[in-house]
Amino acid sequence: MKLLGAVFVLSELTAVITGPPGNPTHPWIGFHGSIVDQASFLGLFNIQRWIAFFIYGLIVSGAVYVFRTQKQFIAQVRTAQRSVTSNKSVKITTSIATITLVVLLPTLVADPFWQNAMVSQIAVYVLLALGLNVVVGFAGLLDLGFVAFYAVGAYATAWCTGALPLPALFGVHLNPFYAIPVAIILAMISGIILGIPTLRLRGDYLAIVTLGFGEIITLFANNLNGITGGAMGTAQVPHFSVHVGPVNYVWGIPPVPYYYLTIAFVGIFIVAFSLLEHSRVGRAWTAIREDEVAAESVGINPLKYKVMAFAIGAASAGFAGVMTAAQTNYVTPATFTLALSINILVLVIFGGMGSIIGVVFGAVVIQTITMYLIHNPPAGYQPQDLYIYIGALLVIMMIFRPAGMIPARRRSRTNASLDSSQG
Amino acid sequence: MVYGVLRLINFAHSEIFMVGGFAGFFVLKYTIGSSTPTGISSVLLIILGILAGGTAGALIAVLLERVAYRPLRKRGAPKIAYLISAIGASYFLLNLAAKEFGRIGQSMVQPYTDHPVFTIFGAPVQMYTLIIFIVAAIMLVGLDRLVSATKLGRGIRAVAQDSETASLMGVNIDKTIALTFILGGFLGGVAGFLYAMNVGVLYSMGFTPALKAFTAAVLGGIGNLRGAVLGGVILGVVESFSVAFVDPAYIDVVAFAILILVLMFRPTGILGEQIGRAA
Repeated sequence: MKLLGAVFVLSELTAVITGPPGNPTHPWIGFHGSIVDQASFLGLFNIQRWIAFFIYGLIVSGAVYVFRTQKQFIAQVRTAQRSVTSNKSVKITTSIATITLVVLLPTLVADPFWQNAMVSQIAVYVLLALGLNVVVGFAGLLDLGFVAFYAVGAYATAWCTGALPLPALFGVHLNPFYAIPVAIILAMISGIILGIPTLRLRGDYLAIVTLGFGEIITLFANNLNGITGGAMGTAQVPHFSVHVGPVNYVWGIPPVPYYYLTIAFVGIFIVAFSLLEHSRVGRAWTAIREDEVAAESVGINPLKYKVMAFAIGAASAGFAGVMTAAQTNYVTPATFTLALSINILVLVIFGGMGSIIGVVFGAVVIQTITMYLIHNPPAGYQPQDLYIYIGALLVIMMIFRPAGMIPARRRSRTNASLDSSQG
Repeated sequence: MVYGVLRLINFAHSEIFMVGGFAGFFVLKYTIGSSTPTGISSVLLIILGILAGGTAGALIAVLLERVAYRPLRKRGAPKIAYLISAIGASYFLLNLAAKEFGRIGQSMVQPYTDHPVFTIFGAPVQMYTLIIFIVAAIMLVGLDRLVSATKLGRGIRAVAQDSETASLMGVNIDKTIALTFILGGFLGGVAGFLYAMNVGVLYSMGFTPALKAFTAAVLGGIGNLRGAVLGGVILGVVESFSVAFVDPAYIDVVAFAILILVLMFRPTGILGEQIGRAA
């Protein structure tokens, strides 16, 4: 009976979420439209929405129940999965197939919207998620202001290329390639500056402080008109270009060259971060995450390694900032919001904290869905509604699958405690 | 308050605040209509708004506890999981409210005519200020008494100090935590209504006040009621005075700078942490 009630509440909630929006003068329109309006039930017949959603809810929960009772079946699938994934040749084949797919993707996807989305919304977000993964996944620090480092990277690019009201950093208007080291170094410095005072704090204080930091960077970007161009930002960031000897190439409006450039860097970051994960530093992070006191007692300096995690994560975000600034040509404070920070967090959580493959997977899947919703919005969908689903997804993941879709191997101990209730 | 018991920041407090504001707003809107009431009916309407805000806040708080916290507690999940779950819930509510109530701010229907009541040192004291002061004083005294003198208060303090031992002593932890959430939610909802009386309602109205409330609580000492009051007063005064020195756009930076400074140099706050003592 209690279960039935829960199913009812959840399905009606879904009905409200997916229903039409309300407005402040008539607050009940949204609810009324979501609950009482007629909706076609699988195209068969029309029925009031609340009944339709209740039936969907019953079907889904029934399916989950049946699936859960088949424990033997699940166990079989799991062992089969394990034997397949631990097989070396399968691993190599999969990675080769993935790489081929990634390389060929622009030829398969011809739609300009999607080609653009692959760079600016998927590849760049993979970079951001990889960076946040170092902070949240490896070191176990919750950073809600990650977007600040992204902003630092983007503004550093604008600075180097002379797009800001400030005089250009080195006096000449450089092309964005030279901005990469500057952006990365500036982002790392800001990570260290933020990290040293705040990383001594407990996890929840850290979350609030980073949240505030993210907001403040946006505030500064908005108001320092003489330095950042204010709320309008700048729209004069040049494209990447190479002029070495006989090679003369300028990345332009078409997204495909940018795609390969970004993908190449994503590959570099993936390799670098996986090496890092299995290095001394990565092990130190794991130790701190699992038990800080114990880590300290075996001679690991927690603050040092935490700051390092912050700086390295920031570097990746700063780099993502360079890519975005150069590809879109403009930098405005409106890009760097709390919503974006949470968006990146969702990619990490969904894919699996601390798991590089998981994070890449999560970023690709979620961003693709997001882009799909923007490109072909279903009836009654507003772009801002996305955040409702993101919030719900965070809670759901934490309750049912806290280790993410592709859990990290190294987190086994945390995963065990995260998953201990699952049968 | 909730922090004291769970040792966790309730990230969704800003949404409780917002929901309280909206509840008060809608109740007043439908009871008042277009005229501005006076006299005794004003007082009743304000009380009605406060109750509506508080009830809605408490309701949301309980739901939050049920959905986003209890499953994790049952499993003994690590702290970061609570934080993420709370942020998710907060974000969910925020955007659901944005969808259902629109994304444009609304000014509150006034249940009374605002006018200066009396002056202190040449500064006029508005009716609104007076109401907030009275309500805050009542809530403060009530909460202080509740926590230090009743059985529930003792339960709350026991759970805050050591929840395992408390459960061995016959305190129902789930119930106590739920009640703490109700209490915290009620206060948050009332605060939301009072805030909304002045500046109106908006789906994102809770964010800055919640960040500042946290700053005030840290400043005074987490889990310390008197400290929270002191921290709130200091923060308010510093902010008001800093208007004279900094660009108004950076007011929020001031609060944040205070937060970082306090956390760096005196993380226990001015009056010290008192988790589980006078709560």
